[in-house]
Amino acid sequence: MSRAAWLGVLAVLLVGMPWVAGEFYVNLTSQILIAAIFAASVNLLLGYGGLPTLGHAAYVGLAAYLSAWLYLKLGLAHWLTAPIALAGTTLMACAFGLIALRATGLGFLMLTLALSQVLWGTALRWVSMTDGDNGLRGPARPFNLDDATSFYYFALAVTAVSIWLMARFVASPFGATLQGARDQPRRMSALGHDVWMIRWVTFIYAGFWGGVSGLLFIYYHKYIHPVSLSLANSAEGLLAVIAGGSGTVAGPIVGAAVVMLLKNYVSAYVERWNMLMGFVFVLIVVFMPEGLVPGVRRLWRRFRSVT
Amino acid sequence: MQFWVIQTLNSLALGGLLFLLSAGFSLIFGLMRIANLTHGALFMLGAYIGASILKVVPNLWLAALLGGLAVAAFGGLIERLLLRKLGSNVLGQVLVTLGIAFIIADACLVIWGGDPIPLPTPQALQRPLTLAGFTFPSYRLVVVAIAIVTAIALYLLMERTRIGAMIRAGVDDMDMARAVGIPVSRLFTTVFCLGAALAGAGGIIGGPMLSAYPGLDADMLPLALIIVMLGGVGSLVGAFVGSFIIGFIYTFGVALLPDLAYVILFLPMIFVLAFRPRGLFGKFAA
Repeated sequence: MSRAAWLGVLAVLLVGMPWVAGEFYVNLTSQILIAAIFAASVNLLLGYGGLPTLGHAAYVGLAAYLSAWLYLKLGLAHWLTAPIALAGTTLMACAFGLIALRATGLGFLMLTLALSQVLWGTALRWVSMTDGDNGLRGPARPFNLDDATSFYYFALAVTAVSIWLMARFVASPFGATLQGARDQPRRMSALGHDVWMIRWVTFIYAGFWGGVSGLLFIYYHKYIHPVSLSLANSAEGLLAVIAGGSGTVAGPIVGAAVVMLLKNYVSAYVERWNMLMGFVFVLIVVFMPEGLVPGVRRLWRRFRSVT
Repeated sequence: MQFWVIQTLNSLALGGLLFLLSAGFSLIFGLMRIANLTHGALFMLGAYIGASILKVVPNLWLAALLGGLAVAAFGGLIERLLLRKLGSNVLGQVLVTLGIAFIIADACLVIWGGDPIPLPTPQALQRPLTLAGFTFPSYRLVVVAIAIVTAIALYLLMERTRIGAMIRAGVDDMDMARAVGIPVSRLFTTVFCLGAALAGAGGIIGGPMLSAYPGLDADMLPLALIIVMLGGVGSLVGAFVGSFIIGFIYTFGVALLPDLAYVILFLPMIFVLAFRPRGLFGKFAA
């Protein structure tokens, strides 16, 4: 089947899903969609930029906190809180990018981790602003999306647009220079490209989409806790990208679905999600370093060449 | 005045603990090019193991020794069984250490429960020391002394012994070190165990100040990262200076501006990175 046909089948499945499945599954799929935007934005950095970020939850949490805080303390409406939260998150990504991109590789990883921990620690300890460990209760969902199905369609639309824009980004000439900067940074700068600027722009773009995911997160849960900014949450995004296959458009979406399904199903039986996530990390890195999507695609190609 | 004296001593004691944590982190990073994200979890594991040992043997120093050895053995297993398999896959190695950090943290929660477990201060050091009209908590003075002795011992190990020379050669040029016949593979395990031992023992020695609690790992790991980025990767002097800088900033930040202590913590790192990306004493950028 061609790519367009696959996409058509997927679209029909996703749009038709609420007629068949119960509310639990509709909500679960909404959560997968939110996680998919997050994972896709991590993938912009990790997969296409070669920049392993371990602090991307910072943008999710910041956008969610800003949105909830603006509503609670200033009483602003959604049409104001959403753009302000996204602008604030993007600005934060500009600043964090300036710092984190002083390094590449492991230094970048450590800096992004350290920076996100600043926000986490601040959310936990600046009690007068964030209510600390109690978290902030957000406003009601926008556009009266209170039932599971209408929120699902909203999340689906936002996700489709987000993924499409991110796919356009990496397929554009700029995306090509980004991948060039990942593979051959010295040659790219010899060719006259500003490698640092390419990475910084990508960093900001990825931070913005992290913020979009954060807005959906607070709309869905109507609640935000410092744990959303924590290392564990950043690691979940990274795990989704690696599990699905980094540097592919479909990989992070599949990875996010796998991670969310695991999290929801396993946590129904055992409480030990963090431990399980640790084991999954180790197993994937050791046994399937390329991720599920490239792995399955390889098997599919072999199957086709046999028949 | 008493406030400033006590806070200064607290800063020094925290700096000393941070040195025990970050010295190993820095050496492992410098030699093996692994950002060992289990380091905070090893510190916490040490603290919990120490709490359990102290129930049987009521001697903190013995507990620190035994706990350090136990954590070192555990670190050696991680290095031999997992990190080695991943060879040159740097990102894979980091992700494996991250996965193990989650496993350790969750296992500690299962085994020791969610309530903080305080480690008792040794009896002989419970009485505060009075000197020139000021009272000092004597345990903290001892912690500073331990850190300084450890720093000197590590310095002598690195600068004056054969194994130290081999480690330095590995940090400077791994391929060349291999080519002249240095057993780099055994060196990796040694350094990893040493770093794990320091972190584990640090957790126990820090126990009477910090106690063992879930989340200790997430509190300590970023501090180790900042110190290493600040002081320079693979540099003992950098880890030493960085630890005390962070010890001071964190202690005074918490005392004077508790809400924003975490933000202030990062200012020196940002400043150093802006003007000297390799860190204060680093030979190369991370």
